[in-house]
Amino acid sequence: MIHFRKTFMELNVSVKEKKRFLSSAVQDKIVHYIFLLNGIFTVIILIGIFALLFSTAIPTFKEVDLFGFLAGLEWNPTSYVKEQYGIVPMLVSTFMVTLGALAIAIPIGIGAAAYLSDVASPKVREIVKPVVELLAGIPSVVIGFLGIVIVGPFLAKVFGLYNGLNALNGSILLAVMALPTIISISEDALSSVPQSYDQASLALGASKWQTVVRVKIPAALSGIIAACMLGMGRAIGETMTVLMATGCAPAMPESFLGPVRTLTSTIAIELGEVAYNTTHYYALFAVGLVLFIITFIVNFISDTILHRYEKVHR
Amino acid sequence: MKNKNVTQFIGFMFLRLCIVLVIGALCIILYDIFSKGLPAISWEFLTESPKKGMTEGGIWPAIVGTFFVTVITALLSIPLGMGCAIYLNEYAKDGKLTRLIRMSIRNLSGVPSIVYGLFGVVLFVQMMHLDTCILSSGLTLGLMTLPWTITASEEALKSVPQSYRDGSLALGATKWQSIQTNVLPYAVPGMLTGTILGLARAAGETAPILFTGAAFFLPFLPKNWSDQFMALPYHLYIMSTQHHAIAEVRPLAYGTALVLIVLVFLMNLAAIIARYKLRKIRLE
Repeated sequence: MIHFRKTFMELNVSVKEKKRFLSSAVQDKIVHYIFLLNGIFTVIILIGIFALLFSTAIPTFKEVDLFGFLAGLEWNPTSYVKEQYGIVPMLVSTFMVTLGALAIAIPIGIGAAAYLSDVASPKVREIVKPVVELLAGIPSVVIGFLGIVIVGPFLAKVFGLYNGLNALNGSILLAVMALPTIISISEDALSSVPQSYDQASLALGASKWQTVVRVKIPAALSGIIAACMLGMGRAIGETMTVLMATGCAPAMPESFLGPVRTLTSTIAIELGEVAYNTTHYYALFAVGLVLFIITFIVNFISDTILHRYEKVHR
Repeated sequence: MKNKNVTQFIGFMFLRLCIVLVIGALCIILYDIFSKGLPAISWEFLTESPKKGMTEGGIWPAIVGTFFVTVITALLSIPLGMGCAIYLNEYAKDGKLTRLIRMSIRNLSGVPSIVYGLFGVVLFVQMMHLDTCILSSGLTLGLMTLPWTITASEEALKSVPQSYRDGSLALGATKWQSIQTNVLPYAVPGMLTGTILGLARAAGETAPILFTGAAFFLPFLPKNWSDQFMALPYHLYIMSTQHHAIAEVRPLAYGTALVLIVLVFLMNLAAIIARYKLRKIRLE
């Protein structure tokens, strides 16, 4: 009897162990699929954003024709006479502010990146890099606030304007916001240029400056371009700074010293005041869709450049 | 020869000027906010509600609101972000699906914050009938921070040596067991560091919460997740552009900006210190 009990227990243990082994294998599979689903979730979100924007934007075009939307020169959805849904003024505004920002940020950004990678001592680099990152950490609403209290009055004084809330103000602020992105990615690109390039250039008698300008920057160019495109994507999609600092007059922009109203600030201003499921509401989603598509294209281009660049360097 | 040196001198001066401009911008920002914001800070400012049409009083409800929203953001973005990073770094083989997932993550990180706001309005506020509340805003911000969490978590997982996994697998452990015992303990601190940085950015964001739950002014603190809330960044926006007496409340706006910046920097600092400490521990 004792003997029997013993074998039974042994048997029991081995079954248990088998079960445990099986269950851990099953568990492993289940966990694998959970994580897989988790990965697929990101794809679903991206598609979901596009699908929801698209489906909410579509009803706009029951009342507004697509051509009038994309090429219309006036945006006036609350007019008593005839509502106008033309997004050209916003597109022009967005590109004005963005290009202005890039004109400021690209030279400074590349210069700062070149300084960090080729001029600064390692010690200085260790200190300066986190400082640049700190700049990236400042919330956009704070930058916009500074546009009102510092940059605005400054521009008003310099150009003799009534107030300094205009496209130039927005450009300056967006440049500040795009700089950390441009600097850190350009610096990565410059640092990953093989040492042998420097050495060859220096050995041929070129100065350090000539090496930086004629060898390293051209060699890192695709990375630098990608950095600038990423900065551009950020600038196009930025909402709070332009909302607060550019004056936001919904008309065709006249100059860099006049008020402008970008795609993002139009959505931010009007969505709060509009009733759900009206043409105006749908039209704002159509504006959002346009914004989504523009940033998607810009990011896609920068991504392609970066990817190709990585391949070349491996 | 001399000419070359002169060019180099001027060139390097230009590069120095660039970095000085960047650091100068940061200094101007910090100096202005700190010098004009500090006088507004007092115990009452930090612990009281706005009073008399928001011309007096403090920002306590906005601090509480930002805190609650950030908690929801973290609850959504940390588990999903870590899960996705684990899949990409531990399970995924290089293939079409993996490339599609990676492409989606990169694109998600480029989607403008206001577009996340629109998405949140349709999905959470309207379709899921959550209405404008802390939950809607937190979930919207959670989706927005997801790509950052994933990228940071994956970096942390990559830094765990392959031999840790191999050792465990060779002893007969399953993949999940190896990940649990030999990968996650070393990667989780790094993952959290990156996540805190993402949450700091989310806490300072305004555009996604504009239409999903942030309120102009509320006389009471939010009691549960289905209440509307006041948030620091939105409060700053209101105080600097929408208030009826903008010039009069400027000191309060500066105070709000200071609190917001200090909050974001403290979160950054916590993450940086954590990273530094962990690196030290690992080296020992």
